[in-house]
Amino acid sequence: MSARTLFRNARLLDPASGLDQPGDLLVEDGRIAALGRPCAAGDAEIVDCAGACLAPGLVDMRVELREPGAEHQESMETGAAAAVAGGVTTIVALPNTEPVIDDMALVEFVARRSRDVGLARIRTYAAATKGLKGRELTEFGLLAAAGALAFTDAGRAIADAVVMRRALAYARTFDLLVMQHPEEPSLAAGGAMTEGEVATRLGLAAITPAAEVIMVERDLRLAEITGGRLHIAHVSTEAAIEAIRGAKRRGLAVTCDTAPHYFALNETAVGDYRTFAKVSPPLRSEWDRRAVVAGLADGTIDAIASDHSPHDQESKRLPFASAASGIIGLETLLPLTLELYHNGHLGLLDALRALTERPAAILRLPAGRLAIGVAADFVIFDLDQPWRIDVDALRSKSKNSPYDGRPVQGRVLRTVIAGRSVFLHRG
Amino acid sequence: MNTGIPFLPFPHRHLLGIEGLSPDEITLLLDRSESYVEQNRQVDKKQALLRGRTVINLFFENSTRTRTSFELAGKRLGGDVINMSVQASSIKKGETLIDTAMTLTAMHPDVLVVRHPESGAVQLLAEKVDGAVINAGDGSHEHPTQALLDALTIRRRKGRLQGLVVAICGDILHSRVARSNIALLNIMGARVRVVAPRTLLPAEIERLGVEVFHDMAGGLKEVDIVMMLRLQTERFHGSFVPSIREYFHFFGLDYAKLAAAKPDALIMHPGPMNRGVEIDTAVADDIDRSAIRQQVEMGVAVRMACLEVLTRNLSDAAPAK
Repeated sequence: MSARTLFRNARLLDPASGLDQPGDLLVEDGRIAALGRPCAAGDAEIVDCAGACLAPGLVDMRVELREPGAEHQESMETGAAAAVAGGVTTIVALPNTEPVIDDMALVEFVARRSRDVGLARIRTYAAATKGLKGRELTEFGLLAAAGALAFTDAGRAIADAVVMRRALAYARTFDLLVMQHPEEPSLAAGGAMTEGEVATRLGLAAITPAAEVIMVERDLRLAEITGGRLHIAHVSTEAAIEAIRGAKRRGLAVTCDTAPHYFALNETAVGDYRTFAKVSPPLRSEWDRRAVVAGLADGTIDAIASDHSPHDQESKRLPFASAASGIIGLETLLPLTLELYHNGHLGLLDALRALTERPAAILRLPAGRLAIGVAADFVIFDLDQPWRIDVDALRSKSKNSPYDGRPVQGRVLRTVIAGRSVFLHRG
Repeated sequence: MNTGIPFLPFPHRHLLGIEGLSPDEITLLLDRSESYVEQNRQVDKKQALLRGRTVINLFFENSTRTRTSFELAGKRLGGDVINMSVQASSIKKGETLIDTAMTLTAMHPDVLVVRHPESGAVQLLAEKVDGAVINAGDGSHEHPTQALLDALTIRRRKGRLQGLVVAICGDILHSRVARSNIALLNIMGARVRVVAPRTLLPAEIERLGVEVFHDMAGGLKEVDIVMMLRLQTERFHGSFVPSIREYFHFFGLDYAKLAAAKPDALIMHPGPMNRGVEIDTAVADDIDRSAIRQQVEMGVAVRMACLEVLTRNLSDAAPAK
């Protein structure tokens, strides 16, 4: 006897196929068995979606989980619980843990913990260089065979051009992806926020926005000479987006993403030294924020990732320059992205595509779409329901969010992984 | 360096590289080598062809096997052989190289066998001396006697070079052996492949007349010859491969990877081998498949042939002062 569940009366949304229509979705043994027209229920358990949206589960391609090493800030359990509450069914963890994920055993550790936790699917990057030190490459071939999806030094840019060139060339040997933090480190050293009037008034050491495009343009040249696949993480400036736009036009194998804070906030969020608005790369000018929105609208920016970066009180309740950088984002990813739809900047399918099909395609994950035969990972959400973000109600172990009290529209009602409901909104 | 004397079969004063040799000239050298293979297996290995001639082995880079091989070759032909080792790293190289050339020329050597860690250094030296110069390896440029001994080994085992498919695997970027072999095999009508991670391949290598592969399964498919190269870690600036473990896993020759090659494919390695890095010990020592020891034997014969051919030219050229 097979386990069958019928999700009825949903607005089915699949960016990969362009599907946007009311209908049913039948799950059988953890996979999608039918979708579209109303199905006969038969012996299936029935879930009435009452007209809510049903879309592929979100694929969050950049998340810091803090396990192993800093479980007091976040763990696989709390991170995965936060993920499913936010409609995220696949997390891709960054390797900047303690120890650094630069060895096969640690990649396997993440896979094992993901199975143990049994909520969101947790996948991982591996470090591009040993110990994230930017010098010696890690074992790309063996790490990929163990399950690492791509190679990155997380929040550290690979500064040495020769090392970056070899990383791209070596990765191409095995057709693997290198992800780069786009910031020239010598220009960013010591800086706490973006350069400009706000930083000047606050008297904070600043980072020129050009630090981003300088690194991006260098890496685009290196990708060109090596033919390697390059992904540029969290772009935040107009100049960098324009450089990537040009590279894509030339046919380069380059992709990029951004995070909600680069289109939902600008440098003024720092206000009176609010360390919850300290993030790397730093929040930019309003001009750059609009360029991020435009980059998403024309497809130059492929994906939106939460950049979930949990920090405890002790790391944030410090003078601004000493405070840690980072914002938690798993549970606010969907409503903040939906702001782009509600404000008329993106179509609904385009907004969802940046959260599902695109990141899955970049990382070659069998996720992020609704189709017969694929794993039944999806999110059911009310597109219009207004609510206020309440940081205390978030499931993440750390509460470093600048969005407390922000009114948003769009609420996750249910998250389903392999046909199993792993999150249900109560309220 | 062409002496331009038409009646001599080998119209070159020096042997600086394979590049520029004709198929006939290579065949001549290989044919001459054959006769020395037989001679070297006799009790009396000595000839008087080089009587009165002085051969200087001038090595600016450590070498045991190549130097010994040239030393034996010179002595078996009856010449006087002197070994000179110069530590290139401890002195200002440009000056020293020319100074050394001048000093040696004053001693009237007939043949200089030169190895140098920098590409082009042997040619520079050849322009400054009176005798014949044999390149025993310059940087990552050429190692012509290695390519000749490899060709002799292949010809003896397979009966020909024409039409064979040869895969050269590993550290192509730093390898002079690879460059000389690519040149020779192309001249002689073999088909050459290179197999390496992208970090160990120089740019536009395909322009040298090779097919490029990045995996052993594809690169070794149906090949006649598998030529492994040593991972030249001493020439590495930074990391070209992440670890020995990973390198061996993907590019080291073991029986599993060898299965893609023809059943009678021959395994070669210029030595010295890093066992467990680029080649599995069992494969290296497989007496049916491996020609590695035979390569060493052929080395002496090939070097005798080179010394013979070049000194024959000398005797007909201008007399030394």
